[in-house]
Amino acid sequence: MSRIQAVFEKLKAEQRKALIPFITAGDPDPQLTVPLLHALVEAGADVLELGVPFSDPMADGPTIQRASERALKHGVSLRSVLAMVAEFRQQDAKTPVVLMGYGNPIEAMGWEAFAQRAASVGVDGVLTVDFPPEESHEAFTHLEAHGLDPIFLLAPTTLDERIAEVAKLARGYVYYVSLKGVTGAGHLDLSAIEQKLPQLRRHIALPIGVGFGIRDAETARKVAELADAVVIGSRIVQEIEQSPRERVVDNVKQFVAGVRAALDKQ
Amino acid sequence: MYNYPDSGGHFGPYGGIYMAETLMPAVDELRRQYEHFRDDPEFKAEFAYELKHYVGRPSPIYHAKRLSEQFGGAQIYLKREDLNHTGAHKINNAIGQALLARRMGKKRVIAETGAGMHGVATATVAARFGMECVVYMGAEDVQRQAPNVFRMKLLGATVVPVESGSRTLKDACNEAIRDWVTNVETTFYIFGTAAGPHPYPMLVRDFQCVIGNEAKVQMPELIGRQPDAVIACVGGGSNAIGIFHPYIDVEGVRLIGVEAGGHGIASGQHAAPLTANAKVGVLHGNKVYLMQDENGQIVETHSISAGLDYPGVGPEHCLLKDLHRAEYVAIDDDEAIAAFDALCRFEGIIPALESSHALAHALKIAPGMGKDKALLVNLSGRGDKDMNTVARIKGITL
Repeated sequence: MSRIQAVFEKLKAEQRKALIPFITAGDPDPQLTVPLLHALVEAGADVLELGVPFSDPMADGPTIQRASERALKHGVSLRSVLAMVAEFRQQDAKTPVVLMGYGNPIEAMGWEAFAQRAASVGVDGVLTVDFPPEESHEAFTHLEAHGLDPIFLLAPTTLDERIAEVAKLARGYVYYVSLKGVTGAGHLDLSAIEQKLPQLRRHIALPIGVGFGIRDAETARKVAELADAVVIGSRIVQEIEQSPRERVVDNVKQFVAGVRAALDKQ
Repeated sequence: MYNYPDSGGHFGPYGGIYMAETLMPAVDELRRQYEHFRDDPEFKAEFAYELKHYVGRPSPIYHAKRLSEQFGGAQIYLKREDLNHTGAHKINNAIGQALLARRMGKKRVIAETGAGMHGVATATVAARFGMECVVYMGAEDVQRQAPNVFRMKLLGATVVPVESGSRTLKDACNEAIRDWVTNVETTFYIFGTAAGPHPYPMLVRDFQCVIGNEAKVQMPELIGRQPDAVIACVGGGSNAIGIFHPYIDVEGVRLIGVEAGGHGIASGQHAAPLTANAKVGVLHGNKVYLMQDENGQIVETHSISAGLDYPGVGPEHCLLKDLHRAEYVAIDDDEAIAAFDALCRFEGIIPALESSHALAHALKIAPGMGKDKALLVNLSGRGDKDMNTVARIKGITL
C-alpha cells in the first residue's frame, strides 16, 4: 500500500479529513524548506504538496509566481528539490510528499531518471499542472514503474468523459480545482462544489481533495464537509511572504494548526 | 504525402496539448468548432470576403530590382504583407479567429503581443466586430513599441503591461493564458502565432496559408516558375509557416526560416532555438525546441526585434527541421539593421525589424547565386513601429 493510500485509509477509519498544505520549495530560501515541512506535519498536515519552482508558472496567480521567483533566485532546481525531500525523509518516514509543478523541469531531467531519483528519496506522488491525461501516458509509465502516484487536477469545466479518463490514470487522490482561475484567485463557491462532487464520485473511487481559493479555517471546514481533503496553497505562501524570516516557520505552523483544529471540530 | 498534425495535434514528436485541466475543455471546444467551420462554405466565403475587402488582399509580389542589382546575384522578390491593413501578416489570422469567435458567441477577445502587430490586428478586428478586447504585452515591449501601444488604445483595446519574468512576449503569453483560465466561458483567446496548444498551430497556419497560396499563383505569373527559395523570419513562425506550407510538396523550392541571432548564437543572447539546436521542451501548451537551462527553466532571450524575442517556436517548424524540408538559420541584430537600411535606401520600403531578418539572409546568399535565380522573401510587416528602436540604435533622439 502506498503512503498516500495508507494515510487516507487511516483518516477514513478515524472519520477525519485530510489537510494538504502547499509550499514552494526554496521559498523564502532553501534553508527554510525542510524546517517548514516538519512544521506543517507538526501542525497537523496529512500530505505535503511541495512546489517545484518554474520560470513560467502559467496556472498560478501572483502569490505563487512570486514564490517561484524567490526560489529560482536562490538557484533552486528539481535536483535540489529532490535533495530537500531526502533531507526531510531522514526524520519523517510517514508523511506523503507530492511534488507539484510544471512538466518541463522533469522533461529536462528525463522522466525515467526523475522517477528513479524521486522514488529513491521518498517522493510519493507527482502532479504536473500542464500534462493532461492526453499527453501523460508515456511519462506516467515511468512514474508507475517506480511506484509514484500520478495526481491529476479536475476543474469545474471538466466534462464527464474527461473525468472518466482521469479516473483511469489517477492514483493516490484527485485534486479538484474549486474555481475557474489561477491559484490564489477570488473566493470559492461552496454550492458549486457541492453540486460537482457527486458527478466526480460517479467516476472516481479515489479520495477527492479540493483546493484553490481556500483562505481561512472556516472555509476549510465547510469544504471538508464535502470533500475528503482540503488543499491550501496561496494563503500559506502569503504567510511565508509576509513574515519576517525568523517568524516564517512559527507563523505558518500557527496558521495551519488553526485550520487543523477547524477540520477536526466537525 | 505530408499531412500534419494528427488528431491530437502532434507534428511528429512535437506539438500536442500541454494545458492545465481548466483549459482543456475550452481548447477542445475550439478544436471541434474549427473542424466544423473550416470546410463550411459560408465561413470560407466570409473569410475570403474580409481578406479581400478589409485587409486588401491579395498582397502583391514586388521585384526588388535595384536591391538585387546592388547585391549582385539572385533576384529578390518581396511578398508584400507589409501592405496589408494594419501593416503586417498578423491580420490574416486575427480575422479568421475573430470570425470563429463570433460563431462561438464570444463577445470578449484577448491576445498576447510582442512587437504589437498581433495586438494591433486583434484590436482592429475587435473594433470591426464590436468585441471587448484586452491585449497583454511585456512591459519592456510596451516601452520599445510605444506607437503600437497607442494604436491599440485608439482602437478601443485595453493594453495590460506585464511586469513578471523577462517582461517580454513569453510573459505576455503566460498572462493571457491566466486571463483565459479565469474567463474561459466568455472569452476567446486570439493566439498570434502558429504555436501553443492544438488546434492553434494548425488553425493559425491555415489562416496564414493565404500568403503562400497567393505566392504560388503570383510567382509563375511574374517569372514563369516558382522561386528557388522562399525565405521568412521565424519567431513563433506564423508568417513563415503561412508561406512555407503551400510549398512543402513542391520540389526544388528551398524553404529557409530565419531566426533572431541577437548578439550572435555563440553569445547565448539570441532567440534562435532551431538554429542553436535547443533542447526539446514544453511551454505554452506545446512540445517544441525550447531555449532553456540545464534544469528546464526557460531562459531570457534577446533580439532587437520584439516580435522574434521568444524562447520557443511553432511545432511544425520543429518537424520541418527534423525532416530537412526547411532549413533554419540565424541573422544577428547588426545584420538585420543593415538589411533594414538597404531596403529603405534602395527600394523606398521601410520593413519591420522582424522581416529585416529574412531579408538579411536573402542579401547574404543572393551574391553567391546566379542572376537567373529567384529568392522570394516574405516581407511580413512594415517598419513604422520600429522608428524608436532604430533611432536609438543610431544614437538619434526623436
